[in-house]
Amino acid sequence: MDQNNSLDLGKSVGAQFDKFVGSLPADYPFPDLFTILPELILAVGAMVLLIYGVYRRKEPTRSVSWLAVGLLGLTAIAVLFPIKGSTAAFHGAFMADGFARFVKMLIVIGSAAAIIISQDFIRKERIARFEYPILILLSSVGMMTMASANDLIMFYIGVELQSLPLYVLAAFNRDSQRSTEAGLKYFVLGALSSGLLLYGCSLIYGFSGTTTFPQIAAVISAEAQPHHINLGITFGLAFITASLAFKVSAVPFHMWTPDVYEGAPTPVTAFFGMAPKMAALALFARAMLTPFGGVAYHWQWQQILVFVSVASMVLGAFAAIGQTNIKRLMAYSTIGHMGFALVGLAAGTVEGVKGLLIYITIYLAMTIGTFICILSMRRREGMVETIADLSGLSRTHPMMAAALALLMFSLAGVPPLAGFFGKWFVFAAAVQAKLYWLAVVGVVTSVVGAYYYLRIVKIMYFDEPAPAFERPMPRDMSILLGAASVFVLFFGVFPGPLVTAARAAAAVLFP
Amino acid sequence: MTDAPLLSLITFVPLAGAALLLIVGGDIEMRNRNCRFLALWTTLVAFAISIVMWANFDPSRSDFQFTEKHEWLGGGISYHMGVDGISVLFILLTTFIMPFCILASWKAIDTRVREYMIAFLVLESLMIGTFCALDLVLFYLFFEGGLIPMFLIIGIWGGPRRVYATYKFFLYTFLGSVLMLVAMMAMYWQAGTTDITVLLTHDFPVSMQSWLWFAFLASFAVKMPMWPVHTWLPDAHVEAPTAGSVILAGILLKMGGYGFLRFSVPMFPVASEQFAPLIFALSVIAIIYTSLVALVQEDMKKLIAYSSVAHMGFVTMGIFAMNMQGLQGGIVQMVSHGFVSGALFLCVGVVYDRLHTREIAAYGGLVKLMPMYALAFMVFTLANVGLPGTSGFVGELLTMVGVFQVNTWVAFFAAFGVILSACYALWLYRRIIFGVLEKSSLKGMTDLTPREIAILVPLVIATIFFGVYPKPMFKATEATVEKLIADHSLAMAQHRATARVASAAIH
Repeated sequence: MDQNNSLDLGKSVGAQFDKFVGSLPADYPFPDLFTILPELILAVGAMVLLIYGVYRRKEPTRSVSWLAVGLLGLTAIAVLFPIKGSTAAFHGAFMADGFARFVKMLIVIGSAAAIIISQDFIRKERIARFEYPILILLSSVGMMTMASANDLIMFYIGVELQSLPLYVLAAFNRDSQRSTEAGLKYFVLGALSSGLLLYGCSLIYGFSGTTTFPQIAAVISAEAQPHHINLGITFGLAFITASLAFKVSAVPFHMWTPDVYEGAPTPVTAFFGMAPKMAALALFARAMLTPFGGVAYHWQWQQILVFVSVASMVLGAFAAIGQTNIKRLMAYSTIGHMGFALVGLAAGTVEGVKGLLIYITIYLAMTIGTFICILSMRRREGMVETIADLSGLSRTHPMMAAALALLMFSLAGVPPLAGFFGKWFVFAAAVQAKLYWLAVVGVVTSVVGAYYYLRIVKIMYFDEPAPAFERPMPRDMSILLGAASVFVLFFGVFPGPLVTAARAAAAVLFP
Repeated sequence: MTDAPLLSLITFVPLAGAALLLIVGGDIEMRNRNCRFLALWTTLVAFAISIVMWANFDPSRSDFQFTEKHEWLGGGISYHMGVDGISVLFILLTTFIMPFCILASWKAIDTRVREYMIAFLVLESLMIGTFCALDLVLFYLFFEGGLIPMFLIIGIWGGPRRVYATYKFFLYTFLGSVLMLVAMMAMYWQAGTTDITVLLTHDFPVSMQSWLWFAFLASFAVKMPMWPVHTWLPDAHVEAPTAGSVILAGILLKMGGYGFLRFSVPMFPVASEQFAPLIFALSVIAIIYTSLVALVQEDMKKLIAYSSVAHMGFVTMGIFAMNMQGLQGGIVQMVSHGFVSGALFLCVGVVYDRLHTREIAAYGGLVKLMPMYALAFMVFTLANVGLPGTSGFVGELLTMVGVFQVNTWVAFFAAFGVILSACYALWLYRRIIFGVLEKSSLKGMTDLTPREIAILVPLVIATIFFGVYPKPMFKATEATVEKLIADHSLAMAQHRATARVASAAIH
């Protein structure tokens, strides 16, 4: 009901906008600006907030943070209700289609959640500077550009705009050696991956003569003959894949992940695990399917993706077993989950992309919830990060333990929790694409993964209590944790809307 | 009455009870008391509704009854519930056993009572849902979801090696099931739907059937459990609290057999026929080997656990005999074993609550102190052995008659299992109940309390009633099983005909 009402409202607002656009002269200036309205709102808003932060006398971090969340809300509205007849901008380099909008919603939610859960932490760790939420906003602009990129140049701009604020954020706790090390490491490896990306782009441009995705597709399908592929394009494709694999932290380009996750301030780690991953996976899907979706090159990237996803799932499952630091554990868990999500992309079908989108949506909710729990692991002497600190949590903090247990079972993919449905959709897509053994490896590694998720449940429920954590959890965080748990628990009851939306979004990539 | 969504009601009443438990307040004593009563009443209400369902159930129909269907995941995956002659018995078994589980935990569980009861009620919901589900994904959801509460039940309220046991239980079953999940996906794309009623009439290509059959075997063989993947069961049984063992032996194991009846046999007829000898071999090994292992056990629960594996061997043997006696015998054996083994674990629980050891050697001569207990324990021991007049006899005999028509050697070896079961069960009884009462620690043992009588008497009655008059069970399953056999023979005839045509084409 509510949804219908809001949709109607949206429609009427949209109609007003259309009227407004219709009233403009036929050659009104900058029609593209309406297409990129969400990005525009976010970018301009972020700069306004920056000025506001500089000129405000009183400690501005808190107000800037909430204003940033509000700005993201505004952006979400702009994403949800686009102005009619304007999906492509800048001569097709930027696509605000259904797929991009789906992912942008996830990015906005992830970024807003990251800002909200950071506040308590940055205040207590004395790193509360108002640039923090603004960096997240700027990075989000980059991510939204990535989700819409339909051209090699736009692709590169999006990736860079997303990455630069992330490097700063990783090193945000500048007095901590761990944090600065994480920032530097991330920067050096990120620069390397950017180099790979640029080289790949230049190869593709050189061999196809164009930078727009659909035109690349047209050029290579025109010249492709069966059993004959252009080696230059294939090399470019491989470089781009490697660079994207770095961004989603898929094996074998995952090495930075555990160190950066462990070293970066915890809320920044949470942010790394959420929005940038959504954006990178979306870009991955579009950059593979639109230009290289044709028969000639499909197998070229499919084999890379099959390898990358198998390797990620296996490494994610086995390497996490020995971890004692929960942030490192989550890093390996992320690697494994990216492997699962890439299974959907490897299938390369509508079902596969639908599975990918559902998977990352559910993964987003699980990550938000888990990191809220990790951020609550604070005793009087400061933050604690080892898994053993969770010992006996079910006695000291029953609600938090129940929520975290729920999230762990969901991450392990046990039905009836949401994580299971994510796995169902990606693996079903793999089976449909006849990648049977990929699905088998996937489910077997999810059993191995279940072992370490269960270990956390075991420590919380079966072991003797450790000293309690500081109470209470800030209200905004506990509301978010509750929302994430409810989503994970009840997704199976009302899966319809999300599944339908994901399917519609995925279909966009398959004209 | 029949218009009401009875099955959803039975399935989700325990869940609603669990939700109510969350808001029970008061000081700790009061809260624990309220939680116990609320859980008991919830299970009784579920039982009452299932009786209503049973009263409205039409045993002459072979199709699914009380069906409900709603849009769910899209793409041919729906929320579809329904029961036929096979599943109706298992639902009744589940709702019948649950109140005893709650009662058995009345005194034995005094820490985290609320969580304990929630876990049990959630588990009940999931178990009933498993038997009602008429959609593969929905079935998997309930089937696997049960692992979460059981993991917590063994892990939190279990014995000293509970962590090891619960991990083993969880990971074993999870690994088996995920392979079934992949098979389900393959079936989904083959048939375009996960609706079980459609899949039952869908002809899967013969080349695919073997793969699917083995994937389902991986799951159900672990759940059943069949030799050689049974090793999780003794550990889980020993460490689980009494009521956990009852649920494990009474209902969770039956899901494996139910799965064979619902999926493997009707959906993959050719593969079932082809690999029946494999099942026979594994069953016979299970029957003889685990019976021998049961003979040397020092721990009462472990002994009963191994005897469960042996009895499940009879079930698989009967099911894959694929004739009237075998299939009905298998079903009756499962139901009977459901309350007999459950009752045996309850009996162990009775003395465990008093002496806090399950070591057989710690007991002896209890008949002098606990005559009523000795009587109840004897009934269940004899039912476990398969004495005529008890429910255990009916199933064992029928499965052997059924398998005798297919393969006399299998029946011959399986008969040893009956002898061996008499050896270990009666010997267990002798060591615990008879003999001289000389151990000083036993002096304080008292006979059954009213609560324990209330638990054991209905089970004694059921054991003897179904031993003397098993007709209700046959009547309920007859039409469904007949249809199962008819469909199977039809599918096999078709397969043979196409195979003949194919070989004729080659020559």
